Amino acid sequence: MDNRRFIARRAAQYFNEGDTVNLGIGIPSACSDYVDPTIAFQTENGMIGVGPVAKKLAICDTYQNAGGINFVPVMGASAFDTAYSFAVIRSGRMAATVLGALQVAENGDIANWASPGRAFGMGGAMDLCNGARKVIVAMELTTKKGEPKILKKCTYPLTAQGCVNHIVTEQCVIDVTPEGLKLVEIRAGKTPEDIQAQVEPTLIIADDLKIMDEE
Amino acid sequence: MEIERGKVRTREEIMACFKDGQTIAIGGQAGAYMPWDLLDMLEESGVKHLTICSIDACNPGFAISRLIENGQVDKMITTHIGTNPVAQKLLAEGKLEVEFFPMGSFIEKMRDGGAGIGGFLTKTGIGTDMEKGKQIVTTSDGERYILEEAIHADVALTRCRRADPLGNLAYHGTGTASHPVMATCADISIVQCDLYCDLNEISPDDVKVPAMYVDMLYTDSREQNHIIGRIKRNQLEGM
Repeated sequence: MDNRRFIARRAAQYFNEGDTVNLGIGIPSACSDYVDPTIAFQTENGMIGVGPVAKKLAICDTYQNAGGINFVPVMGASAFDTAYSFAVIRSGRMAATVLGALQVAENGDIANWASPGRAFGMGGAMDLCNGARKVIVAMELTTKKGEPKILKKCTYPLTAQGCVNHIVTEQCVIDVTPEGLKLVEIRAGKTPEDIQAQVEPTLIIADDLKIMDEE
Repeated sequence: MEIERGKVRTREEIMACFKDGQTIAIGGQAGAYMPWDLLDMLEESGVKHLTICSIDACNPGFAISRLIENGQVDKMITTHIGTNPVAQKLLAEGKLEVEFFPMGSFIEKMRDGGAGIGGFLTKTGIGTDMEKGKQIVTTSDGERYILEEAIHADVALTRCRRADPLGNLAYHGTGTASHPVMATCADISIVQCDLYCDLNEISPDDVKVPAMYVDMLYTDSREQNHIIGRIKRNQLEGM
């Protein structure tokens, strides 16, 4: 399993039976391949009950997700306008959101919509970070150049303050706690020192540090 | 004659509504279910210095991006231009002004523009750059909110599944999206419908936008049967 799918599969384990959740573009969108069938997916343009990617005759221009991908709605799906869709998000009806990040800070701040010299916009991320009951960041631990993405303080424009609950990466799982960042799971073959060397804040190592499941 | 055709208008009549400097609200997201024909007319009209309000900037080479590439757009009020490197480049070069809002705040600003509301309070964006230049309101329970003001456009270009001669509108699936909100927020609301229906063919319970919000309808019956195929081609060409 490649790292991106490995991250998505682990992030999906935070969902509970019957949850309605929203998945961001990229790694998070793969979470839907690893969930209980009772989980309902929202697309923020205006539908709950997003099913599998549509093929052939099932392709229909009025079932497309927020990224423009055609899907097949599941039984019990509902459609509504985008204003309604964000009323659902802001009012805390969304059990969880999984999204990517450019930077995450020790206190749970997240930055994922602009970097120096390049602004691409936040889309629905600010509303989701504020409104979803659980915010799960699914990302690679460092940048492609190996620079840390988990920092003492974000340097890029913030998406939201102190909202992140869990950070799932290809090497570890880190929880954001009032005491600081806690390393709770680690990939087989890695040591807590390996992880610490790739993040800026000092990690608290969980007493019951677990090895991440490979299969 | 006027009564028989209801609110259906010709390309020429619709294009006569477009003027330089207008603020234009456009429905649709991620290049999906856009009002293609109306966007073609806006492009063909050649009007300039437009402010475009839309969820995103689509992909280079089609829809909203074509207006940007033609130099017809001075400013975008939007939530995301990540799929459009042309818009990002113009923004970086200072040739395109872009005002970003969180998607929930953006769509609510447009909704308020059509609902006679001056603005609303939201926690979204608290503690971020979204606070800059905006009023922060503390409510009686001590919670801090950003005051976001309504946006009202000159013209709205949207699409619906069904419309009747009066201009009652009904939608389907994610073809709803931002369309019913955008259709209410402008002085002139122009709607492209896939299916032009007889009066009462749309059940009153299915009407999402009542007719008084709608000024003009566009339908091309010759092409209706091929509309989905045509959209797919447009998308493929745009990608």
